[in-house]
Amino acid sequence: MAKYITRRLIYMVVSLYLIVTATFFLMRLAPGNPFTSEKKLPPEIEAALNEHFGLNDPWYAQYGDYLLRIAQWDFGPSFKYKTRTVNDLISEGFPVSLALGAQAILIALALGLILGIIAALYHNKWQDYGAMIIAVLGISVPSFIMATVLQYFFAIKWGLLPVARWDSFMHTILPSLALAASPMAFIARLTRSSMLEVLANDYIRTAKSKGLSKGVITVKHAIRNALLPVVSYMGPLSAGIITGSFVIERIFGIPGLGSHFVTSISNRDYTVIMGVTVFYSIILLVSILLVDIAYGLIDPRIKIAGGKKGE
Amino acid sequence: MEKILEVKDLSVSFQTYGGEVQAVRNVNFDLYKGETLAIVGESGSGKSVTTQTIMKLIPMPPGKIKSGQILFEGKDIVPLSDKQMEKVRGKEISMIFQDPMTSLNPTMKIGRQIMEGLIKHQNMSTSSAKERAIEMLRLVGIPMPERRVNQYPHEFSGGMRQRAMIAIALAANPKLLIADEPTTALDVTIQAQILELMKDLQSKMNTSIIFITHDLGVVANVADRVAVMYGGQIVETGTVDEIFYDPRHPYTWGLLASMPSLENDDKSELAAIPGTPPDLTNPPKGDAFAARNPYAMQIDFEEEPPLFQISETHFAKTWLLHPDAPAVEPPDAVKRRMRKLSSTFDKPVLVKGGK
Amino acid sequence: MQQISKDKFQIVGNEGINSEKIEKPSLSFWKDVSIRFRKNKLAMFGIVLLVLLVFFAIFGPYMTEYDYAKNDLMNTNKAPSSEHWFGTDDLGRDVFTRTWEGARISLAIGVLAALIDFTIGVLWGGISGFKGGRVDEFMMRTADILYGVPYLLLVILLMVVLGQSLGTMILAMTITGWINMSRIVRGQVLSLKNQEYVLASRTLGAGLTRIMGKHLIPNTMGPILVTMTLTVPAAIFTEAFLSFLGLGLTPPLASWGTMASDGLPALKYYPWRLFFPATFIALTIFAFNVIGDGLRDALDPRLRK
Repeated sequence: MAKYITRRLIYMVVSLYLIVTATFFLMRLAPGNPFTSEKKLPPEIEAALNEHFGLNDPWYAQYGDYLLRIAQWDFGPSFKYKTRTVNDLISEGFPVSLALGAQAILIALALGLILGIIAALYHNKWQDYGAMIIAVLGISVPSFIMATVLQYFFAIKWGLLPVARWDSFMHTILPSLALAASPMAFIARLTRSSMLEVLANDYIRTAKSKGLSKGVITVKHAIRNALLPVVSYMGPLSAGIITGSFVIERIFGIPGLGSHFVTSISNRDYTVIMGVTVFYSIILLVSILLVDIAYGLIDPRIKIAGGKKGE
Repeated sequence: MEKILEVKDLSVSFQTYGGEVQAVRNVNFDLYKGETLAIVGESGSGKSVTTQTIMKLIPMPPGKIKSGQILFEGKDIVPLSDKQMEKVRGKEISMIFQDPMTSLNPTMKIGRQIMEGLIKHQNMSTSSAKERAIEMLRLVGIPMPERRVNQYPHEFSGGMRQRAMIAIALAANPKLLIADEPTTALDVTIQAQILELMKDLQSKMNTSIIFITHDLGVVANVADRVAVMYGGQIVETGTVDEIFYDPRHPYTWGLLASMPSLENDDKSELAAIPGTPPDLTNPPKGDAFAARNPYAMQIDFEEEPPLFQISETHFAKTWLLHPDAPAVEPPDAVKRRMRKLSSTFDKPVLVKGGK
Repeated sequence: MQQISKDKFQIVGNEGINSEKIEKPSLSFWKDVSIRFRKNKLAMFGIVLLVLLVFFAIFGPYMTEYDYAKNDLMNTNKAPSSEHWFGTDDLGRDVFTRTWEGARISLAIGVLAALIDFTIGVLWGGISGFKGGRVDEFMMRTADILYGVPYLLLVILLMVVLGQSLGTMILAMTITGWINMSRIVRGQVLSLKNQEYVLASRTLGAGLTRIMGKHLIPNTMGPILVTMTLTVPAAIFTEAFLSFLGLGLTPPLASWGTMASDGLPALKYYPWRLFFPATFIALTIFAFNVIGDGLRDALDPRLRK
């Protein structure tokens, strides 16, 4: 186990290093980037940039400095706003994004699993078709359209829920649902197909031959095994939730990190784009690692002690 | 002796794209208490479908019981609902499957898999069920059962898993055990151990066994009586002696001739049965075996043979037993082992009512 | 017993009867797949939908007298009518014409992304799986590390830096998009490589290219096809997402993504401006998804009957 985690950590650091390096050099390529000398900036920002990146130093010194600061969890100043640093944005916006994301993950998991299990248990019956139509709709509609339409009907037209902002629980319902829609659909489809696969296994027949009821077989033998692929989907799921939050926070005017990120993109606030990208990458890589470790703990067949997944 | 199971005129079909596959066609047999019946045949002969139907494990749809009765202790289980079948499965009738690698739930501890049935059928508490599980593991010859009970299937070898399967099947003391090729997937040495174990447990627990196999060597070892299946029908039944020493159906001859044996150490070759089993979506007219039968007569291609009785316990479904049929000599490998059995009737009797 | 003519009891044997004859007409793999695919109503519906979409993408822009890029400030935000079938946008451009012009771009993005992923993925995964050993180790570790790079973040970054054009968009999407394909191909190659029929042709002296072309590619085609079908909607989605972030194609070019995100703020008063592009995005993604699912089910040997 320890060996496996070490190996994974090494990959993670290498990936992260690549990301940090890529963002740094890509930013130097961008037109009007913070590293070019002929830019017209307010003196305070110029000073902050100079202090952070050492703009007069040669590129390798800037690069080394940048790596060092990232390692110290310092993502640098804003290119556009003199009073803000990327760290401020993160500590201010990320808790909100985390709350929204967690709520959406819970909704997506709960509804997705229920739909998928029902669809598999009633394979090729109307329940299956119904659940899969919901799932296909969830997958087919881009989240910004889904969010806008939900907002239009539930908040603007029918006035059932608040239009925007992030104040009370009522405010969280629409954005969480909109954010959960497409991962929920994925989970439903994944659960359905993995349930169907599990239900076709010999050990389900064994369980049936023991005289266990359909309910017991479903809960104790089928679902547990069918959940394994869903657990491994949790990594991509967290990526989807993060990128989804860019859109959802924007539409519902939620002051999370995602909406800051989108603003920084349209402002071409390069240092913020760079810093937030690195921050999100760290979050994602860590959550994928956690998911893999959890998977190894859940599935007794995987002996991750040797560093290799054994059947 | 008391009959525990009577299968009467059972027909099972599967609906597929290609049409209705008549996997089992008018099968009749019975089983006495404490007896072992072997059902022998090629793959696709309907032997597995027949036995899975007894536990109603075939998926319905596409499967369907077209006709017949399955009397278990005198009571027909064909009309029973799934809910009612739960009280039969595992408790009255248990099953061991061919592939121990896939028949156990990979993410559930072995002990738990044995305990499930006990808790369901005997209302045992978790702790007493666990004790019983350990006891069962010891009974099937698994060393250190206290430790093994908490392990997962992937920590067991193939033979061990099949022992665990037997423990699961026998945990609730079923009256009938169906073993569907339980040794096919195992090494030869392990096969022998498992067969010994089953015989041993049968004498201890007085269970009746239906043993499905395509291996006649295994049959000789375990069975009291044998039913030979071909093309979804039982073509010959009899005691082990009758089938091995006085077989009457040309398909049984073929099976025996293709069985390697230490006794015939001369140069005679093993005789394969040429051809492939019939397509059961469209079963051939007449005798299903006719196309592969070197002894086929004109009538075999035209009419289905009736059932003839050769002794109290010996039946065969072939036109060769008809009084007008010419006397034929079975293949050498079979002829050599033929013996006159005292119980045989003077001449075969046509069974009335049988088709 | 009924009387049966004695002649019937002559031994005729089974000579002359072809007992090896296989009674059931055996279906070739692809024939069986195609039968099962065509039985899948939803997938067939997806095919019909896709054919219609492609038809309109090709001929739609010629069906009106309007130019997709031409402003008509006298006729802005007109509701759908017999003159403008899908209405007009805030610059008076005909939404019908723009929708099908956008279909061309959105579909082109999807198909190109899928083709590029396919090419790189098959080469990378195929070589890696077939060569094995150190080459495999190196190629797969590279893929693992690249896979750790969050896809959409990288795409966003590239679009910011390289500027917004069709070319950069496709580059950004495929720069790590091929990894998934290469893993699938490698997995397939590994599982097939040691199977008897490949070994047999190796012992017969068949070379690498021949084995790849004759055995591996046909046999790995199934999962590859499914992945490709599902890459197309993913790319269309990404395009729409980028448009929403303001990183989409620049005007006057139209894609469904830019049209939909332009239409968002106008939802309350001019809903058609969102409705049409949104509907066609959804229909296209729906079509590709059900086709992909249908293919997967049809190719799954366990579902064969």
